[in-house]
Amino acid sequence: MQLATRLLVQAAEIMEAPYLIPIEFAHIDACFYTGQAHVDFVRYLLANGAKLAIPTWTNSSVASLSSPDLRPDTSGMVSSAHELMRAYAELGCVPTWTCAPYQLPGGPKFGDHIAAGESNAVSYYNSVVGCRTNKYGDYLDVACALVGKVPFAGLHTDEGRRARLHFDCRELPDDCRTSDLFPHLLGHYMGGIAGSRVVTVSGLSPSTTKDGGKAISAAAAASGGIELWHGVGVTPEAPELASVFSSGDATSVHIDDLRRAHSELSTARDGPLDAIALGTPHFSFAEFGEVLRLLDGRHAKTGLSCFISTSRAVHEVIAAKGWLGTLEAAGFQIPLDVCTYYSPRIPALRGRVMTNAAKWAYYAPGMLDVEVALGSLRECIESAVRGEVWREPNSWLMR
Amino acid sequence: MADAIISATIVNAGEAEGSVLALDAPLSFWGGFDPRTGKILDVHHPQRGLSLAGVILLMREAKGSGSAPGAIAEAIRLGTAPAAIILVTPDVNLAIGAQVAETLYGKACPVLSVNARDFEILRGAAKLRISHRGAILAKDV
Repeated sequence: MQLATRLLVQAAEIMEAPYLIPIEFAHIDACFYTGQAHVDFVRYLLANGAKLAIPTWTNSSVASLSSPDLRPDTSGMVSSAHELMRAYAELGCVPTWTCAPYQLPGGPKFGDHIAAGESNAVSYYNSVVGCRTNKYGDYLDVACALVGKVPFAGLHTDEGRRARLHFDCRELPDDCRTSDLFPHLLGHYMGGIAGSRVVTVSGLSPSTTKDGGKAISAAAAASGGIELWHGVGVTPEAPELASVFSSGDATSVHIDDLRRAHSELSTARDGPLDAIALGTPHFSFAEFGEVLRLLDGRHAKTGLSCFISTSRAVHEVIAAKGWLGTLEAAGFQIPLDVCTYYSPRIPALRGRVMTNAAKWAYYAPGMLDVEVALGSLRECIESAVRGEVWREPNSWLMR
Repeated sequence: MADAIISATIVNAGEAEGSVLALDAPLSFWGGFDPRTGKILDVHHPQRGLSLAGVILLMREAKGSGSAPGAIAEAIRLGTAPAAIILVTPDVNLAIGAQVAETLYGKACPVLSVNARDFEILRGAAKLRISHRGAILAKDV
């Protein structure tokens, strides 16, 4: 506990926080294995009798505990990741192993101060739920959970949550703003411009779903460092523009900006596919339902590898619905606890891969040596059935 | 030639001595640096391939990554980390990684911040010596 307090005070001094405030909840990222130091850190905490002060959930991992052979254990990384996961469970964490903890019941609510570390979770909690967190890096996230406090600075303060940059989408055509690819492309575009500034967006469709919010959060935190975005009329702190934005830069988003975002992320030529990768961040219950609707009794082309990553919690719900058998018969594998875009590479993920997620498209080419086709969920499912990239005719993106 | 003594803000305390390596662009310790070799990996970095092991690293600011503390702690554990890091913008991630490594492995990696003017003076030095109280001795500048 001495170490945790020392880390917290050190961070508070650098962040120029006048005091520490209590938090209700933590979602930690230090359980994602990156080296032996991670294992040594949690072992040190356990040996010194450290106890968590608040409910603490875990991010996804390098390795899956439910399907341990998903990734090859060439450099011992998988077994070390398993050891790390067991140690955090022993410390008392709730073993959620998900990058989309906000899809689970029992999490934090509007106005709660929390500590989160994974970039899309930080952005979603701040923006869509209206919790208050900075992006706490490895070890500091655990220190906050052990002490149950955070430095009062940045996005914990009212002033820190004001938007400094306004993206105006009101001129975009309706079929663009209501498509499921739009929030991915918008997020990617905003992240490239905004850096780590708090931003606000006007012109989002009032029917923007939680999955749309997830897409903006993940894409904008991958291409940039956005930790909070306010959607005017959509997210809880921004009933109108003036609630979050008084002065700063403003820019209009044009359809060509989104076409450019698409061509940056979708580098593969159309043609036969080797794999489909969905579920970055983890697939929601609603998204699984949409996949079944789009499949409409059909199955993926024989020989094509199709992955949908999700959490144990969502997996349980779709199992109870009786959907698992249908999805498996349709050729879809559902890895739990992990994401598919990082190494060690899942052997079937090679060649030309199609995804619906800007975040997957942003990271996978550097980590896995694959070429990526980015498309809407409908395009992904039609492509899965045909075994080659299929594009919506006359879509707003192509016309 | 005179020796300059510059008083820095301590981000993570410790003593160090070594030759200077000044970075021309910010570096992310996670993804941009390999703790196993101590070398810069980032293909977009102008100093790709240089080893940071044992140098006093001058870098105006770090590129943010929530996984940077793990990478710097791992490098300190393996002995591939810089002897010290001097920044203009103080960085929480580097401070936390260095503090954790010191606790776990008993190896110190001081992290300091200085103002932009002093940073330019330090850039011109060949060797630096850092005291536990945050004084930096730059010989022959």
